[in-house]
Amino acid sequence: MNFNFSEDQLLMKEEVKKLLDKENSVKRNRNVLEGEEKFDKELWNQLVQMGLTATTIPEEYGGIGMGFLELCVIAEELGRGIAPVPFSSSVYLATTAILNSSNEDIKKEFLPKLASGEIIGTFAHSEKTTFPSESGISVAAKSGKITGKKVAVPDGDIANFALVSATSGKNKIGLYLVDLSADGVEIDSLETFDPSRSHADISFKNTPAQELSADAWEDIEKLLDQSAVLFAFEQVGGAEAAMNQAKDYAMGRYAFGRAIASFQAIKHKVADMYISLQLARSNCYYGAWALSNDAPELPTAAATARVSATKAFYECSKENIQTHGGMGATWEFDCHLFYRRARLLSSNIGSQGIWKDKLITSLEKSNSPT
Amino acid sequence: MDFNDTKDEAKFRDEVSSWLSANADKKEHAKDIYRPAEMSGEGESGESSALKDAKAWQAKKYDAGWACLHWPKDYGGRDATPMERVIWGQEESKFKVPGGFFEIGQGMAGPVLMLYATEEQKKRYLPPMAKGEEIWCQLFSEPGAGSDLAGIKTKAELDGDTWTINGQKVWTSGAHYSDYGIIVTRSDFSAPKHKGLTYFFLDMKSPGVEVRPIKQITGGANFNEVYFTDVKIPDSQRLGEIGDGWKVSLTTLMNERLAVGDASGVDFQEIFELAKDQDFNGDTAISNGAVREKLADWYCEQSGLKYTKMRNISALSQGSTPGPEASITKIVSANKLQDIANYGMDLMDNASIARDEETAIFQGSLLGAPLIRIAGGTDEVLKNIIAEQVLGMPQDIRVDKNVPFNEIPTGSKN
Repeated sequence: MNFNFSEDQLLMKEEVKKLLDKENSVKRNRNVLEGEEKFDKELWNQLVQMGLTATTIPEEYGGIGMGFLELCVIAEELGRGIAPVPFSSSVYLATTAILNSSNEDIKKEFLPKLASGEIIGTFAHSEKTTFPSESGISVAAKSGKITGKKVAVPDGDIANFALVSATSGKNKIGLYLVDLSADGVEIDSLETFDPSRSHADISFKNTPAQELSADAWEDIEKLLDQSAVLFAFEQVGGAEAAMNQAKDYAMGRYAFGRAIASFQAIKHKVADMYISLQLARSNCYYGAWALSNDAPELPTAAATARVSATKAFYECSKENIQTHGGMGATWEFDCHLFYRRARLLSSNIGSQGIWKDKLITSLEKSNSPT
Repeated sequence: MDFNDTKDEAKFRDEVSSWLSANADKKEHAKDIYRPAEMSGEGESGESSALKDAKAWQAKKYDAGWACLHWPKDYGGRDATPMERVIWGQEESKFKVPGGFFEIGQGMAGPVLMLYATEEQKKRYLPPMAKGEEIWCQLFSEPGAGSDLAGIKTKAELDGDTWTINGQKVWTSGAHYSDYGIIVTRSDFSAPKHKGLTYFFLDMKSPGVEVRPIKQITGGANFNEVYFTDVKIPDSQRLGEIGDGWKVSLTTLMNERLAVGDASGVDFQEIFELAKDQDFNGDTAISNGAVREKLADWYCEQSGLKYTKMRNISALSQGSTPGPEASITKIVSANKLQDIANYGMDLMDNASIARDEETAIFQGSLLGAPLIRIAGGTDEVLKNIIAEQVLGMPQDIRVDKNVPFNEIPTGSKN
């Protein structure tokens, strides 16, 4: 058995890490956070040139025809580097949704442009303040047009198009592709908790929309499960970075005549970070296996990976600040960039409570949880 | 990324599986485990019947070449690869067979003998250990030396080629049915504490060895105090150099951490089933959001441990050394056990206090968990190990380092 990534996949991971280190993506995160730009176009272009946006897209649609496992290792490195780019929206969500669909026209039109980075996509799903249930969708599609409002859409003011969930009549939820430069689209950029990643409210008023599916709730659930594994890898990457920062700082910081890393209060704190990280990583590997095999276990595996990775990144990022003492809570130190990103990733695609509930629901359904 | 056996692994698994099928009963479900004829499991009779069965099963395995698989053939093993040993374990766990009794000998004493005993001793002691004919115990902890094991005080004095041992050991699992023991003693009280230790093996029937059971909070008595009064050990049974006992002990402790795995008792499955059945505010407990959140947390821990184990097995299968990730297993599983047991009793409300078929496993787990969090390395010691040996953080400052042992301060609780 080989319950691990292949050598080629690990090599790819290393290459992505090298690029993000060389480009100092953490510094770039700060630049976006403090500046006016909505994302780092230069870094985005480098990721595109490396072919990362084309990863899962088959060659016939202009991609490089790799799989989700490659995307998992990329996600981990983007998380480690808290990269300020719209990768999760465009690749984990928009690209995957189109790949899942059977609409050949949309695939032919959009996948090559997504692969080449010519366009950026996103998934517009949230309404009001919570992640919607099937009955909570009020955006409505009728005769090729949609009307209504989606809130806090990740990269909503960056993306060229959005996949929008909307009622399609007869109590069904459909999925629609909307050009965000079309008439009747109003985009309001938001001031956010983690300004290194842009979010916007989007209102649609009789906006032209292409239908991916008129009965898409199950497709949406699946898309969320697929992306949850990728988000979880991103969270594990961020958690590991935060843990290492805490450890490195504690080794170099002296108090009471010794490195604070020699105090058990600090050692045990970092050991706790390591424990939550290892549990999350192992669950992520299982999620990766389920994702890449399109296994029936995906709903359980994805929720498990997502819940434990969310927990790990929160714990590692908050205790990293604590380990740094007062300096950890300054604007100048990078700790808060990871703390913000941890919170952001916990909210995108649904919060911890929702995923815990999804996990138990899927265990109740499968009836053989262990 | 896959869970598939290689060709060789699949072939080996088939071989194992067919031998087991021919020689043991398959479990019909996860809880269909071996139970000794005398069902109580407590007191003399339950144990002796379980011991008899375990010896018989071990001997059967030994005769067919399935005991201590990874040991050399010369000493009763099979020269198997680590992966073959894992496969054996996976397959054997599907059968209703007795276990226990031999882990300390085969897992801890065996490796030390292999490294430090003479060839003649290895040929004499290892095969009966593999066969389960002779049972071994480990005499390490003392009333004043648990986590700080190097602080032991049991005294060893050499006269000619015979050592005389005086002192007391504690927490010795299975001392009451063991034939032999490995013991670490202090042979030099004026040397710094890690440098005055000497390691032996001894016959537990030697005159002057007295075993007294310790009653635990569960009511059971799996551990003992062992007293040594002028016990004689020939110098030929010394393992390692005089004063080198700490180094030898570390071999044992390393193997102990590998041997102490998942905590047994209630786990996710039990609390999940309970939550589905149990009433809670006029509905089932599992319909309650707070209960669901708790369940999700434990499922994630259980799953995280399961796939951490898989990552390690995968490393073995790929011919590489497993990483240090497994060091989290006991901390996570013991705490999970305690919390699930407590929460299960909470869900059962006041009825949880009465002992019946449903409550017994939760009550037993709640009482058993504290000792699991302590045995084989406390939570705190294990976190130090993760911090120091896995993450490379500095050791604690030791005020007793390089101080002659007899000048180290001791407290009233020693």
